[in-house]
Amino acid sequence: MIQCKDIVKIYKTGEIETTILKSVSFQVKEGEFVAIIGPSGSGKSTLMNILGTLDVPTSGDYFLDGKNVAKYSDDELADIRKNKIGFVFQSFNLLPRATALRNVCLPLVYAGLDRNEREERGKEALSRAGLGAEHYHHYTNQLSGGQMQRVAIARALVNRPSIILADEPTGNLDTKTGEIVMETFQELNFQQGHTIVLITHERDIAEYADRIITVRDGSIVEDRKNTRKKIGIAGVDDRQKI
Amino acid sequence: MKIIDLLEQTFLSLLSNKARSGLTILGIVIGIGSVITMVSIGQGASGTITSSIESLGSNLLMVSPGMARGVGQQVSAGRGGAQTLTLADANAIADQIYGVQAVAPQYSTRAQVTAKGANTNTSIYGVTEPYAAVRNVEIQSGSFITQAHNGSKAKVAVLGPAVVEDLFGEDADPIGQTIRFNNMDFRIVGVTVSKGGSGMNNVDDVIYIPLATAQQYISGDDKVGMINVQGESQKLLDQMEIDITALLLERHKIADETLADFQIMNQADIAASASSIAGTLTILLASIAGISLLVGGIGIMNMMLTTVTERTREIGLRKAVGAKKGDITIQFLAEAVTLTFLGGIAGVALGWIASLLVRHFGNTATQISPVSVLLAFGVSAAIGIIFGYYPAWRAAKLNPINALRYE
Ligand SMILES: Nc1ncnc2c1ncn2[C@@H]1O[C@H](COP(=O)(O)OP(=O)(O)O)[C@@H](O)[C@H]1O
Ligand SMILES: [Mg+2]
Repeated sequence: MIQCKDIVKIYKTGEIETTILKSVSFQVKEGEFVAIIGPSGSGKSTLMNILGTLDVPTSGDYFLDGKNVAKYSDDELADIRKNKIGFVFQSFNLLPRATALRNVCLPLVYAGLDRNEREERGKEALSRAGLGAEHYHHYTNQLSGGQMQRVAIARALVNRPSIILADEPTGNLDTKTGEIVMETFQELNFQQGHTIVLITHERDIAEYADRIITVRDGSIVEDRKNTRKKIGIAGVDDRQKI
Repeated sequence: MKIIDLLEQTFLSLLSNKARSGLTILGIVIGIGSVITMVSIGQGASGTITSSIESLGSNLLMVSPGMARGVGQQVSAGRGGAQTLTLADANAIADQIYGVQAVAPQYSTRAQVTAKGANTNTSIYGVTEPYAAVRNVEIQSGSFITQAHNGSKAKVAVLGPAVVEDLFGEDADPIGQTIRFNNMDFRIVGVTVSKGGSGMNNVDDVIYIPLATAQQYISGDDKVGMINVQGESQKLLDQMEIDITALLLERHKIADETLADFQIMNQADIAASASSIAGTLTILLASIAGISLLVGGIGIMNMMLTTVTERTREIGLRKAVGAKKGDITIQFLAEAVTLTFLGGIAGVALGWIASLLVRHFGNTATQISPVSVLLAFGVSAAIGIIFGYYPAWRAAKLNPINALRYE
C-alpha cells in the first residue's frame, strides 16, 4: 500500500530553488489502478520517481506497506525496488545488444536467481505481457515499438512486484498500439491483482484506470473514481495484432 | 549477483566493442611485455656479472700495486703503473699471514705473438703453479705451468682457447708446437678451458708462461704485477686483508696507511658492488618499461570513462531494477580488470618471446624469473583495479533519475 503525507520536492539549481511538489498527500490501496494526469511539467514524473524510490522527497513521509522509506539509504532503496516495484518507462529503456528474454531477466540477476530459474520466470512474464514466443530470442533493437514496450512490461512483472509504475508508457507508441498496451495493464490489474500507478498527460489513456488523480503545478487538484473505458479481458484478441 | 553472471556480463560488454577493447588491451600488452623483457635483460646481465666474478676464483684477495686513494687525492695510479710488489712480498704473505691457502703472484704484459705466419696481440701472464687453483683456471689438454717449469725458467707456454683460435685456427691441437714473442720461442704445453667473457678482460685471450721465465727474460727484475691470495675460508678474508696491509706497509717502510703503494681488492666486495650495479640496472630498465605500463593503465581509465558515459542509461536502468552501488562498481571494475588481465597474459607471452629473441639475436644473456611473471600478473590486475576504480565509482554514484533521462 502506498501512503504519501505532505510530500514536498524542491530542486536546487545553483542559488535558485524550485518547488516541484507542494505538499502532496494521497493513498493507493492494494490492487488499485490509478492514473495520475496533468500537463507537461506539472511534476508527475517527479512524483513517480519518489513513489518508485528512485528519489527521496525533500520533506514529508512516504509509507510503503507501512514502512517510512523517505529516510532509507541508497542500498535499502535498491532492495525495495528489487522486491516491490516494477517500472515501465516511456522510452522503454531496454538493453539494445541483448535479447528480449535477457532484458526481462535482468532484475532477477540482481535478485541472485540462477539461470534456469531466471529464464523460466522471464518466459512466463513475457507470455503474460503478451509477446509472442517467437520473439523471445530476438534482439530488442529488431522489435517494433509495441513489442519493445511488452518486453519492458514483462521486465516490470518478472520480480512479481506488488506495484507497477508506468511513466507515459504509451508516449512513444501509435494510438492503436497504445490502446493494446493499456489493455494489457488492465488485464494485469484485473487478473493478477497488481497495483498499477500510470502517469500520462492524455485523458484518453487515463480513462483506462479506475481512479484519476489530476496534478497541476505540483499539487493535486482533483481525485475521482472513474468508470473504466474497457474491461481488460476485451484486449486478449487484439494482442496478437502487434 | 552471482560471479558467473558477472563474468558473462563482463565478456558480453567487452565483446560488444571489440576494436576498442582490443586497442586498450594492446596498451597493457606492450606495458607488461616491456617490463618482462627489460627485467629479463637486467637479470640476465646480473647473472653474467655474478658468474664472471665467481669464475675469478673463490675466497680471493687481489693485491695490486698503486696508490690507494688518500685524503685529497682523486687519482690513483693504475694497476701495473708503478711496480711496487715483488716476489719476496708474495713469499712473505705465504709465510706470515694466517689463513692463507695459496699465493699466486703474477706478472702481466702484452706482446705481439706469432706462430706459423699467424700473429696476434695478447696478454702474457707470468705465473706459478698455484695460479691455476687460485684463479680457477682449468686445463683442457696438456698441463698447466708447473713448479719444475719455474725452477728451470723453461720457455713453455699454456694458451687460452681464444689465442689458439687466433694462431692455429678453431679446434686445432697446438700442443708441442712453438710460438714466438719477444724474440724467443716458447713450446706449447697446455690449453685452458674456455671461460667465456669478452673485451679487455677476456680470460680466454691469454698466454701463461712461468713467472721465473718472465722475470728473467722479459722484465729483468723481481717485480710482480699482482699477488693473488686465496684464503682458507670466506670468513678469514677481512682479517687477512688487515694483516696483509700491515705486513706490506712494514715491508715497504710506509708509516701512513693512506700513502700505501698497493691496494687490496676483496672478491666479496667486488661481487657486492657488481651485484648492486646490476640491481640498479634492472630497476632502471624496469622503471622505463613501467612508464609504458602506466600509459597503458591510463588507456584503460580513458576507455572505462567513455564506456560509463555511453552506458549512463543502462546504469540508470540497472539501478531502477534493484542494482546496488556495489553491483555497479563491481561490474565496471570487472571489465577493467578483465582487460588488464587479458593484457597481462598476452604481455607475459610477448615479453617471453622478446627476451628469447634478445638472447638469440642480441647476444645478451636474458633470464625470465617466475617472480617477474607473477609480479606482472599482480601488477596488471592492480592496474585494472587502480585505473578502473575511478570510472566504476563514477558509474555507481550516478543518480538513477538523471541516468535514465540521459540522452
Ligand atoms: N533534476 C531536476 N533538477 C531541476 N529541475 C527538475 C529536475 N527534474 C525535473 N525538474 C523540473 O521539474 C518540473 C517537473 O518535471 P516533471 O516531474 O518531469 O514533470 P512532468 O513529468 O509532469 O512533465 C519541470 O519543470 C522540470 O524542469
Ligand atoms: Mg514526465
